[in-house]
Amino acid sequence: MTEQSNTGGPAASNEGLLTRLIRAAEIDTRMLGMLAAMLVIWVGFDIISSILRPGGGGLFGGSFLTSRNLWILLVQTSVIAVMTTGMVLVIVLRQIDLSVGSMLSIVAVATGVLQVFELGPMLGVGHPAIWIIAVLFAIVLGAAIGAFNGVLIAYGQIPSFIVTLGGLIAFSGAAFLIASGVTVAPMDKTFKLIGGNGPAASIGPVWSWALAAVACIGIGLAVVAGRRRRLTFNFKPKPVWAEILSVVVGCAAVLGTTAVVNSYLYPPRVAERFALDNKIPIPPGVENKAGQAICQAADKVVSCLDGLTFQTGYPIPVLIMLAVGLVMTFVARRTRFGRYVFATGGNPEAAELAGVNTKRLTVMVFTLMGALVGISAIIASARLDAATTALGTLNELYVIAAAVIGGTSLAGGIGTIFGAILGALLMQSLQSGMALLNVDSAYTNIVVGVVLVFAVFVDQIYRRRVK
Amino acid sequence: MSTETIAADSASQAAPLVEMNDISIAFGGIRAVDHASIDLYPGEVVGLLGHNGAGKSTLIKVLSGAYKRDSGTIRIDGRDAEISNPRDAKAFGIETIYQTLALADNVDAAANLYLGRELRTRWGTLDDIAMEAECRKVMGRLNPNFRRFKEPVKSLSGGQRQSVAIARAIHFNARILIMDEPTAALGPQETAQVGELIKQLKAQGIGIFLISHDIHDVFDLADRVTVMKNGRVVGTARVGDVTKDEVLGMIILGKCPPGAIPGPGAIKS
Ligand SMILES: Nc1ncnc2c1ncn2[C@@H]1O[C@H](COP(=O)(O)OP(=O)(O)OP(=O)(O)O)[C@@H](O)[C@H]1O
Ligand SMILES: [Mg+2]
Repeated sequence: MTEQSNTGGPAASNEGLLTRLIRAAEIDTRMLGMLAAMLVIWVGFDIISSILRPGGGGLFGGSFLTSRNLWILLVQTSVIAVMTTGMVLVIVLRQIDLSVGSMLSIVAVATGVLQVFELGPMLGVGHPAIWIIAVLFAIVLGAAIGAFNGVLIAYGQIPSFIVTLGGLIAFSGAAFLIASGVTVAPMDKTFKLIGGNGPAASIGPVWSWALAAVACIGIGLAVVAGRRRRLTFNFKPKPVWAEILSVVVGCAAVLGTTAVVNSYLYPPRVAERFALDNKIPIPPGVENKAGQAICQAADKVVSCLDGLTFQTGYPIPVLIMLAVGLVMTFVARRTRFGRYVFATGGNPEAAELAGVNTKRLTVMVFTLMGALVGISAIIASARLDAATTALGTLNELYVIAAAVIGGTSLAGGIGTIFGAILGALLMQSLQSGMALLNVDSAYTNIVVGVVLVFAVFVDQIYRRRVK
Repeated sequence: MSTETIAADSASQAAPLVEMNDISIAFGGIRAVDHASIDLYPGEVVGLLGHNGAGKSTLIKVLSGAYKRDSGTIRIDGRDAEISNPRDAKAFGIETIYQTLALADNVDAAANLYLGRELRTRWGTLDDIAMEAECRKVMGRLNPNFRRFKEPVKSLSGGQRQSVAIARAIHFNARILIMDEPTAALGPQETAQVGELIKQLKAQGIGIFLISHDIHDVFDLADRVTVMKNGRVVGTARVGDVTKDEVLGMIILGKCPPGAIPGPGAIKS
């Protein structure tokens, strides 16, 4: 059996060259559209900010496309993006989870109370085990709450909208009780690094480049392995140019991102502090300059700390976001569990008849969602260096909006992890960009809301034309 | 023809593969299946006939685990079998082609073929390439013109979807096969192919319940027919012992001819 047929179905001879190229390379045009939208937003913000406030040092003279802003943008995206990867699976399964924001609050507050009021006095403040226990606790607590939701939905047969709406209200009340209304702070000093604050919370340029190299090699190996496997089964492989293109584009994205995060330099005073702490010699003529008023005013470190430059590299929360994105993509596309989630979302009855235990599956998806909320709670409270009841407020809406902007269909069965992370990045870009332009947050909310609806509208048109 | 007779003869001596006894199931006030009994021997095809809404699909869904019966017993190989979900049924080697096909619309043919029993690589990940390769083989036998292996099955034609559903039922060494109007959407060539397939499977000793409204097809393929009316069994007969007209009388009037063993649904006259 050596089937060599075209995978495209009916003969398609009267298509344009571009369409044929896109088809041969198996490029997701929807994703391409999102990337284009992102590009427009980024360049737009940079240009507008360059007009309002020239000299920001950005790519187009504004203050949006600067390595500093992009670095911060990535850190800010991480909390929502991590949860969004789980929400994709929840929505693909035709469910919804409205409780993630309150769940984040309750997990953050409980974890804060644990490390500040329990572990601190018990083990001694700053004990190296504290952050490990706190991290595990947060993830397990999140998973447990998610499992509780899942059991009510799957076995109690209560619609997820209702169960998690109840959770939205109840969990925030519970979070308030646990915190007894106060802000729990400060966090353990190692735990705090997970939030990305300070020099030690980034891995620096060398490790960042090393990671980028590993990622590039990984992409190359994956493409080669995929090609080999297709050939062993006598399948027509993708054209060689398309394979090379995907490696080049993937690698370029990795290296580009790495270059950006590496070119963000520590703010002057932080750099000086870091140099002193780590006994790094400060070049003559630079010492004491860092504290000067000129340095505080300028964003650019190089000009005032000539010779003393520290590149930050990837901050820990961004690494967590990337790792979660990779793992969740793997789970969604390459595991049985992921296949069942998609098949069940496409036709729950058919999946059940095919032998999928859809009830257990539902519990597993909500448990996974909860565990991811746990991770986000860690990042959010570490970043704030405090746990408050308000930490997760409105997060459920941002998470759902990000998933939907990223192409997840509320009808179930359709969605990608990568798209959802892009959706989160796009939303955060809008918020950060407008904050940069000093737009009132009330207007920001209006814009984000409009973009959400518009994105779904465009998506509908796109899907109708593709089908 | 001679092999068929042998199969049928040996079938009558072996223990029944399936015995469904006194099965009842009601939806709200509707008695969809009412004290129905039916059996099946290895290497035998039993045709299940009846008007629309007679309860055929509901009865076989009790066997396939899709519905839980209200009362009655199921015996497989002479032993009581507890079937309370589709996984239980599959564990007994029962495979089903549902009238509604029951495909996951948003994934491709191979993913549907293997849904619930995915092939995996040695690292435990999905082996999509191997599944597609196998899928191409099976579909090549059922529907040689089939080419659309990458598309979600939602975009396939009715007949193509039906082929996928058939492929899924026959691919996993079923011992008991339930076919609920398997050829309803198929063209003449594909229908003939399914007919051939049923004969092959029968020769391998597989027992088949075949639900169809095409009485000629049923007479060609089945060894026995059971007719249902309003949820009750009118009667069961060997196809050699009754005429098509008599079977039509069973379906429409519920009148059991002398060649058939009457059930609780037969009108008494
Ligand atoms: N899930 C359900 N809920 C309520 N009533 C049902 C359900 N399934 C079937 N019924 C009812 O049970 C009766 C038998 O239906 P069934 O589908 O078994 O008929 P059938 O013999 O397969 O008919 P057809 O030839 O049209 O496929 C019908 O009256 C139908 O309305
Ligand atoms: Mg039916």
